[in-house]
Amino acid sequence: MANLALLAQEAVNVGVPIGKGLVYGLAAIGPGIGIGFLAGKAVEAMARQPEAAGMVRTTMFIGIAFAEALALFGFVLFFIVK
Amino acid sequence: MIIGSLASIDTPPAPPHGFPAPDTSIFDYTKSCLVGGGPFCLTKISLLMILSAVIIVALFVIGARKRQVVPRGSQNLVEAFVDMVRGSIVLEVMGPAGLPFLPFLTALFIFIWLNNSWGIIPFAQIPTTSRMAVPAFLSALVWVVFNVVGIVKQGGWHYLKGILFPSGVPWYIYPLVTPIELVSTFLVRPLTLAVRLAANMIAGHLILTIFAVGTWYLASHFALASGFGKAVGVFAIPAFALEVAMTAFEVLVAFLQAYIFTILTAVYISGAMSSEH
Repeated sequence: MANLALLAQEAVNVGVPIGKGLVYGLAAIGPGIGIGFLAGKAVEAMARQPEAAGMVRTTMFIGIAFAEALALFGFVLFFIVK
Repeated sequence: MIIGSLASIDTPPAPPHGFPAPDTSIFDYTKSCLVGGGPFCLTKISLLMILSAVIIVALFVIGARKRQVVPRGSQNLVEAFVDMVRGSIVLEVMGPAGLPFLPFLTALFIFIWLNNSWGIIPFAQIPTTSRMAVPAFLSALVWVVFNVVGIVKQGGWHYLKGILFPSGVPWYIYPLVTPIELVSTFLVRPLTLAVRLAANMIAGHLILTIFAVGTWYLASHFALASGFGKAVGVFAIPAFALEVAMTAFEVLVAFLQAYIFTILTAVYISGAMSSEH
């Protein structure tokens, strides 16, 4: 029984750093894909219509900010997970 | 202290056992008060923030003192800042109706930019915005400003109704939309604004510290070890090259984060000024 408790404690000790690492890694997948699409499409739009580049760039930054928010939650969780 | 560190170049310290990876404790300056102590401690962070406020006020006062049609000297610099915020943030996002907010947004932009840049300015070398208190306060300020603007321009009930019950949405979707809008406008907006800035500066400062410590660690291996240890020490060269490259990257990040913070503030204020139809 004591061994089992020890084993459980060991599992927690080993699992927490792995979990902390995984939290940010997994949280970054979605926003990474999203920001990639977003920036790619913005470049495409700017190349097609250079006179609209200013407006596209502003909208792109706003979109990136929203997509990035999800990755930031992962970053915060990294510090919250104990 | 400087003389001591110069003298130690001749005899580098012995490499410690294992790489001393820097952690979040490098952001803690509360142990080394410059003046005072306890809750009234003047840390390096507070000193840099006071310094940046003084620098910005001095820059703008000197720039506006002798105004000329053809600007010279510091007036040129100040006009470039104001023109950038006016052209690529206010007019782009808010239109001419946003021009009353130009002073606020310019002050916000230049303050964040300078505070981010402390991370790469020699002898300061800590971005004050990497302490969560600074971006948290700035985003709380932005939260108050855009809510007050919304209440003043639209009236309290109309402002809240525009956010919680957007028009053009069928009534049976409201149970789903209203909680999402409530959380995203009043909670997630300020939270992400603060965390984005802090997280970027923390990450940048950590990377710079890791490569700086790594260069020292590997170089001390090269100087002191023999045989295989010396071969390991050669990797100090790419570590130092990356330190330089990341410093250049931080110049970009410091500007970009200030720009994004300001542009999002402009978006939030212009969203509060008129309800969407």
